[in-house]
Amino acid sequence: MATQHARTHSIDVSSILRDQKGSNEPNETCIKVENLNLFYGEKQALHNVSMEMPKKKVTAYIGPSGCGKSTLLRCINRMNDLVDNVTIEGKILLDNENIYDKSVNVAALRRRVGMVFQKPNPFPKSIFENVTYGLRIQGINDKRILEETVENSLRGAALWDEVKDRLNDNALGLSGGQQQRLVIARAIAIEPEVLLLDEPASALDPISTLKIEELINELKDKYTIVIVTHNMQQAARVSDYTAFMFMGELIEIGTTSELFTNPRKKQTEDYITGRYG
Amino acid sequence: MDNSKIGQHISGQFNKELEDVRNKVLTMGGLVEQQIELAVTAFATGDLEMAELVIKQDNQVDALEMAIDQECMQILALRQPAAFDLRLLITIIKVVNDLERVGDMAERIAEMAIQLSSADTKRDQYYELEHMAELVQDMLHGALDVFARMNVEDVPSITGLDENVDREYGSIIRQLITKMMEDPRNITRMLDVLWIARSLERIGDHACNVCEHLVYMVKGEDVRHLTQEELEKKMKE
Repeated sequence: MATQHARTHSIDVSSILRDQKGSNEPNETCIKVENLNLFYGEKQALHNVSMEMPKKKVTAYIGPSGCGKSTLLRCINRMNDLVDNVTIEGKILLDNENIYDKSVNVAALRRRVGMVFQKPNPFPKSIFENVTYGLRIQGINDKRILEETVENSLRGAALWDEVKDRLNDNALGLSGGQQQRLVIARAIAIEPEVLLLDEPASALDPISTLKIEELINELKDKYTIVIVTHNMQQAARVSDYTAFMFMGELIEIGTTSELFTNPRKKQTEDYITGRYG
Repeated sequence: MDNSKIGQHISGQFNKELEDVRNKVLTMGGLVEQQIELAVTAFATGDLEMAELVIKQDNQVDALEMAIDQECMQILALRQPAAFDLRLLITIIKVVNDLERVGDMAERIAEMAIQLSSADTKRDQYYELEHMAELVQDMLHGALDVFARMNVEDVPSITGLDENVDREYGSIIRQLITKMMEDPRNITRMLDVLWIARSLERIGDHACNVCEHLVYMVKGEDVRHLTQEELEKKMKE
């Protein structure tokens, strides 16, 4: 019977083969960096960096310490403006709009481009207050909206089930991994377009790290994510695109699967295989 | 691309592990080559002791395959290799599989040599078979040489030999059929000889497989299931 069945119905494998090649849909560009140069005083930290980051995808920056990856990340929401003596040349286009244009309101930009740092930095307030902080400074005080946002954001950050019964407890009482997810919840509460993650899991234990990675995977349905990480395996696991930077220059950017199996540049190969230095 | 690619890791231990597993593959390759050589000689000369030795040694080939697989798995789990290192290990896992099959082919040839020596009252001469054996030995040697040097330039010239092997195989089959038709009492013997020809032909195919895996290792390009012309074109790119 079985053989007869097999003879009349050939098994269709075309969908598997298509999946493996990955979709060839063109990506819409969200962030475009054009000839970016950055100087800390006399010292040039970024050399003529140009790249595009597609919408609702995860782009990871990897590279040795001091290669400029955090500096580049911080340019995307103009965090470097806060550093003395910084000169920036070139453009960063967010949805085709240069964020370094004089007309840009930096506070508004940072609402569109949220950021999460290496060390969890919740405010010494309740969990509820932490998540609603962004809304409150925008003058939103409607209790119903605030409660809804708290639940949605905490769910979005995969933290809701763990904290729903103690929303009024101080956030500093949470574990490191929970604090980091709380900070992510705080960042997505104001519904940004882009999330910048600077080493979001480097201070966490392996299980919390996996939760954050899982979270990143879910968040990319809604947000364009750019992540800086020292952990190459993490970049390989969470990102769609990977950019390798070295000494302030962008050496190579490509799909993560390509970059980790068959990089085009020797410098990239040396770094990801642990031959650098 | 050269051997130094394996060295130069920051972790000296990692260098050592890769170098070690690579050396084991080369040893396994050498052993398999020797097995073919012995099996073919045993067949050509009717040397039973030699044939027995081949059969006895096949478990060493098997053991090497398992040991190498185990080592690769260990490195994959502990080092999470990327890029060339990853391709090297994946390639090794595939190559040892082919080498193990070649070992089985040598064993089969040895078994047939034993059967034939009791059946052949007057020893026939099988020049075509010996020539075919030389060809596939050259192919396998070439493939292992590519692995040792990690330079895939010679691959098309090695895989190109497979066409000659197939041609020889076809003409041997025709001869065997003729002999079977001449005298049905030949059939049992000719079937044994056919097994040998078949095994040699398979060795050629495995040598081609090894070459294809090695192109993937060195260039990151999957060249399996291409025609010889397509392969040659791809290698020039």
